[in-house]
Amino acid sequence: MTHDQLVSLVRQSTREVFGTMLGIELVDHEPSVGDGVPAPNTGVVALVGLAGAWAGSGTFSCSAEMAQKISGQLLMMEFSAVDADVLDAIGEITNMVLGNVKTSLEEVLGPMGLSIPTVIYGRNFTTRSVGKSNWTVVPFECLGERVEVHICLAPSNERQRSLSAKDHAAAVLTMAE
Amino acid sequence: MSLDVMIVDDSAAIRKILQRVLIQADVPIGKVVEAGDGQDALEKLKTVTVGLILSDINMPNMDGLQLLAALKSQESTKGVPVIMVTTEGSSNKVMEAVSLGAAGYVRKPFTAEQIKEKLAGII
Repeated sequence: MTHDQLVSLVRQSTREVFGTMLGIELVDHEPSVGDGVPAPNTGVVALVGLAGAWAGSGTFSCSAEMAQKISGQLLMMEFSAVDADVLDAIGEITNMVLGNVKTSLEEVLGPMGLSIPTVIYGRNFTTRSVGKSNWTVVPFECLGERVEVHICLAPSNERQRSLSAKDHAAAVLTMAE
Repeated sequence: MSLDVMIVDDSAAIRKILQRVLIQADVPIGKVVEAGDGQDALEKLKTVTVGLILSDINMPNMDGLQLLAALKSQESTKGVPVIMVTTEGSSNKVMEAVSLGAAGYVRKPFTAEQIKEKLAGII
């Protein structure tokens, strides 16, 4: 699975979810590859784990204000703060985006599992991945702001097979503050 | 005649959206019972009766396929149509759901029209 193939799948899935569920048209930005977990260190980050013959993690990240706007579009109501409903909505958007990427990947890579999303909101948090794979970063412009989908995927070794998708997701992000 | 519905999803957002979509689809809804996972759904179905269940698959504690199997094994719930509404779009999951007795399968993201079409053949 190449970087370009992953970018294509992520773009297709993210556009479909935002278009169908939110009525928002996304604008593609230039994708990149990073060797750490290149997530922003502030705002809202939702992550899921992927497990199977290939394993990894995926995240969706945006600012707190954008998370409120996205949740407002999804639930047809206004949010003035990042509350439980906003975190839930962002988790579900992430589940749909990366769930559909997973479904497309399964056609090539075989059956995969997807963990329940974990959503984090805060400032100055640091991230670390237990794996050594590169992360594919796929940014978009959404209502005038940048949102990002990150995905990291590599063939499973015995150690990775022993990790459940949930464990993998939990291991990727640690809170510093 | 109104239809009592159970919506099973670990996301409160999706439960709200599905409720809204059912109204948009002109489904004559009566009572709506919400459950956060399969276990929660089975517990609530001990005291309430519904005519339709919409269920996610990927949920904590008990997933939607385990719930479906449990519903179809119980006399009181085996006749209730269950529609899976899920991001799980792989053919093996669809086939598993159908073989367990799912009445329909809708992939997230969904439109109100897709839910309406699926319901048209069932209710």
